[in-house]
Amino acid sequence: MARLLGGLLLVVLAVTLLPGDWPAVDSGLTQSAFAQGAAKTETATAGIAAPKLTPDDYPRIAGVNGRIVVWLVAQLHLWFAAFVLAVPIFVFIIEAIGMSTRDKRYDDMAYEFIKISIAAYSLTAILGGFLVFSLIIFYPHVIQYLGAIFKDTMFYYALLFFLESAALYLYYYGWQWLQGGFRKWVHLTLGLVLNAAGTMLMFLANGWLTFMMSPAGIDPGGIFTGDVWTALHNHLWNPINIHRMVANVAYGGSIVGAYAAFKFLAATRAEERAHYDWMGYTANFIAISALLPLPFAGYYLAAEIYAYSQQMGITLMGGIFAWLFIIQAVLIGTLFLSANYYLWCGMARSEGAARYNRYIKYLAFVIVAAFLVWFTPHTLVLTNEELKALGGPYHKYLGPLGIMPAKNTAVNVMILFTALSFLIYRRANRIAMVGWAKAGNAVQVALFSAGIANIFFLGIYHGYFTNTVYKVASSIPQVITTLVVIAASIVIDAMMYRGAKEVAPLRWGRVPERAQYALFLLAVAFTWLMGLMGYIRSGIRQHWHVVGVFRDNSPDAFTPTLGYAANVVSVGTIIFMAMVIFVFWLSQVSAVKTTPAGFWKEQAS
Amino acid sequence: MAMLPRIPRLLQAVLTVAVIYGGFRLVFDAILGQPIPASLMTMYMFFIVAGVFMVFTFTEESAREMVVPIRALVEDPSRKPIRNLVFVLVPLAAGGLTYMKMLPSFEAPLELRSIHPAPPTTVELYGKRFDLLKLENPFRKLEKADPEKFRELVAEGGAVYIANCQYCHGDKLDGKGPYAAALNPVPLNFQDIGTIAQLQESYLFWRIATGGPGLPKEGAPWLSSMPVWQEFLEEDEIWKVILFLYDYTGHRPRSWGHE
Repeated sequence: MARLLGGLLLVVLAVTLLPGDWPAVDSGLTQSAFAQGAAKTETATAGIAAPKLTPDDYPRIAGVNGRIVVWLVAQLHLWFAAFVLAVPIFVFIIEAIGMSTRDKRYDDMAYEFIKISIAAYSLTAILGGFLVFSLIIFYPHVIQYLGAIFKDTMFYYALLFFLESAALYLYYYGWQWLQGGFRKWVHLTLGLVLNAAGTMLMFLANGWLTFMMSPAGIDPGGIFTGDVWTALHNHLWNPINIHRMVANVAYGGSIVGAYAAFKFLAATRAEERAHYDWMGYTANFIAISALLPLPFAGYYLAAEIYAYSQQMGITLMGGIFAWLFIIQAVLIGTLFLSANYYLWCGMARSEGAARYNRYIKYLAFVIVAAFLVWFTPHTLVLTNEELKALGGPYHKYLGPLGIMPAKNTAVNVMILFTALSFLIYRRANRIAMVGWAKAGNAVQVALFSAGIANIFFLGIYHGYFTNTVYKVASSIPQVITTLVVIAASIVIDAMMYRGAKEVAPLRWGRVPERAQYALFLLAVAFTWLMGLMGYIRSGIRQHWHVVGVFRDNSPDAFTPTLGYAANVVSVGTIIFMAMVIFVFWLSQVSAVKTTPAGFWKEQAS
Repeated sequence: MAMLPRIPRLLQAVLTVAVIYGGFRLVFDAILGQPIPASLMTMYMFFIVAGVFMVFTFTEESAREMVVPIRALVEDPSRKPIRNLVFVLVPLAAGGLTYMKMLPSFEAPLELRSIHPAPPTTVELYGKRFDLLKLENPFRKLEKADPEKFRELVAEGGAVYIANCQYCHGDKLDGKGPYAAALNPVPLNFQDIGTIAQLQESYLFWRIATGGPGLPKEGAPWLSSMPVWQEFLEEDEIWKVILFLYDYTGHRPRSWGHE
């Protein structure tokens, strides 16, 4: 609690330290900075000009690289923030499920989920404060410029943080107090307030960073003349909002899954193993459910980046960052593979699953094949000999797999087959007893077949033989096809297996330990992926603080090599994972009681 | 008929990987004549091995059976000779591979070259400033408004292409012009779905007009022997060549307008 308050204070202090009438303060700025003098005081009428900085305008601390500090701290803050924003979303849902089904196990699990996020919450606040100070120290004019535009939202951001903290602490500490009847409704409402405040916070921060990528309200002379809403509601704001929202849930699920795996492996009693197995399964289910629509949200974001600026789009997908996208593709594929492997291993919970074991190899074949297409690059890394053998930098047959229509087709197939893995898992210990079970199965087979045929048609015909509008637009019916097939199959399955006969009991806790490592892999791959994509998102601004408006003239205004960037992201991932393990350990330690004999004075009875 | 002995699981897994690898080599190297580059093959095989491992270990029985020969090799006293052999051969093989990898060679280092350098937002050409975000081919609208005139412009673009560009990019626009073999990297193949079909016409205009020297410094060092065509061609001639490139290949330029 003290640390959280400390973190909060840091943020509030940082915000208040910055002058209210920001552009008026010229703290050590060179003469050329704020060259458009009109900006100094009349911000509302004359607009806000971006300063023209020189390398000397960026303060330095001996032995510290400002960019690396800001990069790492921002990323660590974001990892924790994503986690603590996501957990209350699904805790709220699980609590509501528990409330409607009156199954206390859900309530207990929701409570345990939120317990994990409490320690992470104070780390988020501390890192947020650290980030603000780092920005003020190393990039004072950037934060001053952004503050001048976003001062209102930054102030309300700090206030919202108080609301979020209050809601979180009431929600967590009042869990046992607010049980039953009306009290439970009050508790659930607190959960809703917590989520609303958290989401608002994220949307505000997203507005600042997307303004840096796609500034709005800028006149042809580069002066900001809009109001705060114009700045906030810039071209990439909503695409980022959607993408982050979905990704946070998937990420939160994966981190909680890793926690459950950690506890499962450390468990000594069968009941404990059963409990954490169930928790891990639920967390993985949440992660996969959010992972399935995530590529679509990502594609929407990338399409909007392209639509906003061809330059930025090409830098992202075809230029210098394209190779990082190959790593991204590999990591996303790893997420799908580990999530599927966890489901397949989980079939060991029931003897009834043996009937389906023979199908797994076909699922694996399709998922791996789709994965290979998903990460095949368009431009190949070739030795001179290979270049000669191929007759050019492109592969005649694999080259066409390197562009988006092939990727979209592959990822839709990968998602459909992951859903199929889940359907098979659900059936593992049951037999449908309804009279139309055969017809139901036939309809499901037909649905999947027609869906896959449609995805291929859209991907091949529209992807390769029409213009860009149709090429990009065809991804939407592809997505809809996938979602319709998944939703319809689940509905049919749910109806078909109503009153189903259990062939063998589902034994929680009877899952191989290697399945738990799949959960760890999921969390690590997610963290790494977010770090990498976070760098790419920020890096495509290249030598601009605010694209096309505010030039970065710091000594670090260069795009680092791929290896260097990957190393920084990897170091960040290791630091984050170490901190997460610390959080997990804390939750373990808090339950341990030591009673040292003879240490305390005996009390007279 | 005598029953064939059951192949141990571990061997099955190894054979599966070997068959897939052999299949790639057979199809791409021998039949199609387009080998998969080593960098990509390594990635493919890594995930194929992972996939095979997943299939062979998702049940407890199968996972246990997979481990049996390895455990026996390490623990079974009767296998001491073969264990010693394996324990000598594996490090030797690893050492040999590392040695081969580290051995200096005359081969030029691999290049992570991006084919599409990012264009600037604005560019100064023919004494004017062009906003590449909004720039459109001035003749494109004639495709519907005046098809006859459009055909004429395409033909004129073709003539400009044949006079200037085909030496490198080829008379079939496939990057196989008479000078192509002397260039590294080889000229771009416009027939490929991944080149001009992915780009807006404004991109091509910038790329042709500024050539190799106009490539952005962010992605340096760029290798391109493309001349700075604004010094040899008129602005309209470049736009007409662009019409021809799309017309001949049948590709459509990247555009956000409906047809």
